Amino acid sequence: MTTAPAKAGWRFRQPSVIPGFGLTLGFSLAYLTLIILIPLSGLIWRSAALGWADFWAIATDRRTVNALEISFGTAFIAASVNVVFGTIVAWVLVRYNFPGRRIVDAMVDLPFALPTAVAGIALTTLYAPNGWLGSLLAPLGIKVAYTPLGIVIALIFIGLPFVVRTVQPIMEEIDKEVEEVAATLGANRFQTIARVLLPGLAPAIVTGFALAFARGVGEYGSVIFIAGNLPYKSEIAPLLIVIRLEEYNYAAATAIAAIMLALSFVMLLVINLVQTWSRKRYG
Amino acid sequence: MEVRVANVRKEFERFPALHDVSLDIKSGELIALLGPSGSGKTTLLRLIAGLERPTKGRIFFGEEDASQKSIQERNVGFVFQHYALFRHMTVADNIGFGLKVRHGPSRPSAQEIRRRASELLDLVQLSGLEKRYPAQLSGGQRQRVALARAMAIEPAVLLLDEPFGALDAQVRRELRRWLRDIHDATGHTTVFVTHDQEEALELADRVVVMSQGSIEQVGTADEIYDTPNSPFVYGFIGESSALPVKVEDGQVWIADRPIGLSAPQAPRGEATLFFRPHDVDLVDECNGCIAGTVAASRRVAGTRRVELEIGGDRQRVEIELPVDHPAAQKSRVAFRPRRWKLFPAA
Repeated sequence: MTTAPAKAGWRFRQPSVIPGFGLTLGFSLAYLTLIILIPLSGLIWRSAALGWADFWAIATDRRTVNALEISFGTAFIAASVNVVFGTIVAWVLVRYNFPGRRIVDAMVDLPFALPTAVAGIALTTLYAPNGWLGSLLAPLGIKVAYTPLGIVIALIFIGLPFVVRTVQPIMEEIDKEVEEVAATLGANRFQTIARVLLPGLAPAIVTGFALAFARGVGEYGSVIFIAGNLPYKSEIAPLLIVIRLEEYNYAAATAIAAIMLALSFVMLLVINLVQTWSRKRYG
Repeated sequence: MEVRVANVRKEFERFPALHDVSLDIKSGELIALLGPSGSGKTTLLRLIAGLERPTKGRIFFGEEDASQKSIQERNVGFVFQHYALFRHMTVADNIGFGLKVRHGPSRPSAQEIRRRASELLDLVQLSGLEKRYPAQLSGGQRQRVALARAMAIEPAVLLLDEPFGALDAQVRRELRRWLRDIHDATGHTTVFVTHDQEEALELADRVVVMSQGSIEQVGTADEIYDTPNSPFVYGFIGESSALPVKVEDGQVWIADRPIGLSAPQAPRGEATLFFRPHDVDLVDECNGCIAGTVAASRRVAGTRRVELEIGGDRQRVEIELPVDHPAAQKSRVAFRPRRWKLFPAA
């Protein structure tokens, strides 16, 4: 078979001769349209019915802005914390063999499986001023439950498996020889980790961050119990949407949702671009 | 630098990988560790590098006992079969890595590191590829970068683990010659592991033949090929044929006939006769020779390999004949080995 000269611009890559291309592509498009595209365009359409001026008024409303700030801010902090500790957890699970390793490994997935409300209630009980941990922190002047700090803790809980599960398989693939070569070249352990291992894991860590962050922005169940939900202080955007819905103010609800959608989309897109770029470079 | 391996033993979870191995490597020498897989050659190399700790015995670099030093302190250049390049670094950063991780005054300036990197790239004939990433290089190019990276730290000894094992035959031959040139130009003491005897014999000053965790023989290519000191080396290096024989009255016998080889030094009794298939004289009349029925005849490149069945128990041996030799057409061929060796039967 002769290869056509590479042309600039978008082109279909010639699919292999094994059949299935048409069927699977058609199915994917239909499925994505039904499950994602139609509901999301419905959302945009409903909020568009609002008109630009009203939309802008809702978008710049103090309460909306604060809720969005809290949602994105806490999700960002929680995802950042998870990147550090999730990577360490993954390291321990991949590198060391200890009694109970499999149990720890399975425990990482619990936040996936647990109903989020259960997690929220458990965390609130622990961190409330009269709870086990809350009563220890209270004398230090640290208030966790019913503050944004509580939201961060709930989101750390929810987001941990995303980081661990994306970093772990890549870490397992790290070639022992690369570490050995670094050692023969004179690098100490710290230099090997900082200069050789972590940069290799960066794409996986970024993916883990993106997933934990996206999950944190949309998280509702676990947060509302621990957050206290004070408007302007610890009220998250998804809760505000629910409040608007309960007021039968569907337009406002969809408007906030549309803003969240746009912000999340832009952030995930940027993260994706960063990944594509690094993949191209390092293969 | 001289490297001395003194009575080293290595066990992996009680399973011995090396038994009491001793080896002296001269300064500036290019030496090959040759053996089948599982012979302990890679283990020996890794012990010299410090990637493994010996269970017993010591390793000296010059006069210093290197067994007490960490890998980092040993200052060895190690090259792996699969390159082990740092994927996220450019070629220049890969080569400069060993200098960049140094501390204090021994660490050259960034400019000096860049200069060294491009100098080494010239040496490995990859000038101008500083900015490339390993993913953008071919296998042969990657291995050159790996070698340049190892040489950047001015290693006391250069250790290569099957350096050409992952490359295709043509690139392999090319790099082999090129490694010899680099070695002659830089004079690093170099130890490389290979299971390819051609590579070992062609490239190395001395070859260390290993089997089952022990050194069988150490010598130049000529010594190893012409005077193998054990049945294993005879069988492992080059082509060989073996025949069970008997020694009596200073003569070598097959069944009840002497075959015209005298071995006055050999002890009486059962023995195995080794010879090279190409190192035989054909004889017409058989009074004292090995005679056999032609069982198969194959053309191999410039010669013809003839398989003979000898004696009543139909022992098969191979001999090599010129392509146009009339003996190949006959059903019975008689010959006498020109050079041969007897080993007492095990």
